Amino acid sequence: MSAPTTPAGSVPDVGAAPPRVVRGGRTSTVGTGALVAVVVALAVLPYLVTSATLTSLVTLFVYVVIAVTWNLLAGYGGMVSVGQQAYIGLGAYGLVVASDIIGIDPFLAVPLAAVVAGLVSIPVSFLAFRLVGGYFAIGTWVIAEVFRLVVVQFREVGAGSGTSLRSLAGTDAGLRIAFTYWCGLIVVVAVVAGTVWLISSRLGIALTAVRDDATAAASNGIDVTRVKRVVFVASAAGAGAAGALLALSSLRVQPDSVFSVQWTAFMVFMVVIGGVGTLEGPLVGALVFFALQETLSDLGSVYLVILGVIAILVVLLAPRGVWGLVDPHRRHGLFPVGHRLATAVTSRKARS
Amino acid sequence: MTLLNAVVQGLLLGGLYALFATGLSLMFGVMRLVNLAHGEVAVLGAFGSLVLGTALGVNPLLSLLVVVPASAALGYLTQRVVLDRTVGPSPLPSLLVTFGLSIVVQNLLLATFTADQRRLDVGALTTASFRAGDLSIGYLPLAVFTTAVALLAGLSLFLARTSLGRIIRATSDDPQAVRLMGVDAKHVYGIAAAIAFATVALAGVVNGIQTNFTPLSGPLLLIIAFEAVIIGGLGNVWGTLLGGVVLGVAQTVGAWIDPAQQILAGHLVFLLVLALRPQGLLPKMAAT
Amino acid sequence: MSTLLEVTDLEVRHGDLRAVQGVSLSVAEGDVLAVIGANGAGKSTLLSAITGLLRPSAGQVRFAGDDVTRVRPHTRVRLGVSMVPEGRRLFGSLTVEENLQVGASAKRPGPWDLKAVYDLFPLVAERRARRAGAMSGGEQQATAIGRALMSNPRLLLLDEVSLGLAPVVVKQLYAALPEITGKGTTVLLVEQDVRQAFAVADHVHCMLEGRTSLEGRSDQVSMEQVSAAYFGVRA
Repeated sequence: MSAPTTPAGSVPDVGAAPPRVVRGGRTSTVGTGALVAVVVALAVLPYLVTSATLTSLVTLFVYVVIAVTWNLLAGYGGMVSVGQQAYIGLGAYGLVVASDIIGIDPFLAVPLAAVVAGLVSIPVSFLAFRLVGGYFAIGTWVIAEVFRLVVVQFREVGAGSGTSLRSLAGTDAGLRIAFTYWCGLIVVVAVVAGTVWLISSRLGIALTAVRDDATAAASNGIDVTRVKRVVFVASAAGAGAAGALLALSSLRVQPDSVFSVQWTAFMVFMVVIGGVGTLEGPLVGALVFFALQETLSDLGSVYLVILGVIAILVVLLAPRGVWGLVDPHRRHGLFPVGHRLATAVTSRKARS
Repeated sequence: MTLLNAVVQGLLLGGLYALFATGLSLMFGVMRLVNLAHGEVAVLGAFGSLVLGTALGVNPLLSLLVVVPASAALGYLTQRVVLDRTVGPSPLPSLLVTFGLSIVVQNLLLATFTADQRRLDVGALTTASFRAGDLSIGYLPLAVFTTAVALLAGLSLFLARTSLGRIIRATSDDPQAVRLMGVDAKHVYGIAAAIAFATVALAGVVNGIQTNFTPLSGPLLLIIAFEAVIIGGLGNVWGTLLGGVVLGVAQTVGAWIDPAQQILAGHLVFLLVLALRPQGLLPKMAAT
Repeated sequence: MSTLLEVTDLEVRHGDLRAVQGVSLSVAEGDVLAVIGANGAGKSTLLSAITGLLRPSAGQVRFAGDDVTRVRPHTRVRLGVSMVPEGRRLFGSLTVEENLQVGASAKRPGPWDLKAVYDLFPLVAERRARRAGAMSGGEQQATAIGRALMSNPRLLLLDEVSLGLAPVVVKQLYAALPEITGKGTTVLLVEQDVRQAFAVADHVHCMLEGRTSLEGRSDQVSMEQVSAAYFGVRA
């Protein structure tokens, strides 16, 4: 038997310079550039299209926000929540309370609602984290129900029938819709950019470690609970912003609508179709869902059955969604996240 | 109604709640699978009974002879054909698929039956009651409670004493090792799902006799089952009964204080237990 | 004597890693074969492929003349292959006796039943009502062997019986082997403890980095040959 040999080239030459770590590649440069161009184009849209189109687009923005935040929670954080509607509702009611009762400018109240949702989610997380996996999921649903049942106690916000956003009554519709649209655009850009930043930060690496192996992550000094809590709160804040946008756009809050579990159904569908655990997936999923909503939602229950069946089939047969089919080896992300070694020796790009 | 009466009612309701909870906890115990469509199975049972009643004039209690075995078969098939592919280290696929199933079933039922409130009719038995001192006790709730306890006892004995029960417990401990004993783990999963679906469908029919139901009643039943499991403590049948009873009493006492707060009262007690004693009141003891 | 187990050119992968490559071996009925090798040599992977827990990417496994390469694990048990897995893997929430009873799930006829197992391991009999999770390593190992015997196998696979146990305990466990083979069971055991393996086996098969490095009768192989094959160093 001969002595073991090391195949040539698999071990880097120690004498050479240390390898460079690069973020992103050609696709992400092009991708991010293209997205920035899209945002600029979207910004000038109010001068070019009808109010009806703008209102539709605000709905799309809401979809993108809830898809991205649910994906952050479930796809990156590993926490499947069936109760994000708690914060959508909280954000919507928060906006109405802030602008009608407290008197804050409704457009400024949007980030405020997001902050309130995030703050409320902190004590909630202490309760919710006592559960894991599927029981965590139902637990979040219970919490959403509790939010709803508590909110409808208050006649000040219309109890069971909800209330209208009065502070914008009497303003010019065209102007109001345009401002709502710009507000929505800022929110969606902030949420997407914020998520990209979070994932590409040290916290993002910690998240991936926790997702891969929580015990190993903990023994490497990662505070698993803190990482999860940050993600939980960020997602809640995002959902709160979405809820506030909803209230702003429809000028009405109804408890059974804003606290409905159907929002979760939408989030799940978008993220599953688009691709769980990627940054591009929820964006793709939101676009697909938006297109389906615009064309098929008249079919009512049958439409939801179709959505459900598609989602089930995707989970079983193509679990990485549309983006997983487009970029199966995760080498062509649209965003500059991840860390790659730029050396001549490695034949496979390492991706964090 | 006196407070004592409310407590007794809650106790009896607890038996039904325990029945709802058993299937959920069994599927989790054996397959580590939380079935988010659990409530929909109960609703399917109720609607199945409704259809048999309107089409063939069958009494709801008699319809159980058809609904229960049919639900068991549905559970076995659903597990083997759909849910088996989701069993694994990550809870994500099973949660997503069962959530999808719940949406599909809810909306299929909506399309077929509309959102009208329904009730299963057992005639005079629905409200018949007797007096015991100051208390007024309904025959039906008492019968349901007794049946629930009997079924839970039966399940507990089945798991503890029979060969198949042992195999189910062994599978929940270590599904890979059990294959090395000549056991087809997938078949065992199917059996567990069949038992789960059968018990929750039974509970669904009984619930449909006592209260109104619609295609959208599933989520609340899932939540009730879940709360009973958590309050009682994971991993044992009698814990689930205790959890059901505590939840039932919380709800009826809440309703006694303010009828509109029945469900909220249950949620609040659940959150209290979660905050103060997250492992539940009777966490897993030695094999029951 | 007929060949009970025949493995031909087996290749088993863990992802891209070839844990077992081009391994062939055969075990005659009534024999005891020891597969030895260092950690990571591929021994347990080999056993997993023989029981069906892992699917080979190439090669064949034949049991009693039939090709079982694609047969599912629980079916192989019914054919007469039984394994005592690495780390015991008893059912922790069940009692010792219940563990043994589950071991008989394949319902194969034969000499091994509760009484026979209790006769073989009196210590296990004393603890029959105890929860399996609450016992010492040696007691658990004896229970695990008993559990595997309950399926009345033609071929018993023992994966790292000595792991984590004191040598005197290991000796006691292996002392039961003659009675097992005496009742007609063929044994394939995986061991890191080479001396123990040689003490009980008729044949040895040494593995190194997924390949066969040495095979032969245990009484015809020298210690120098074994250490060369075990460590991969030229003597």
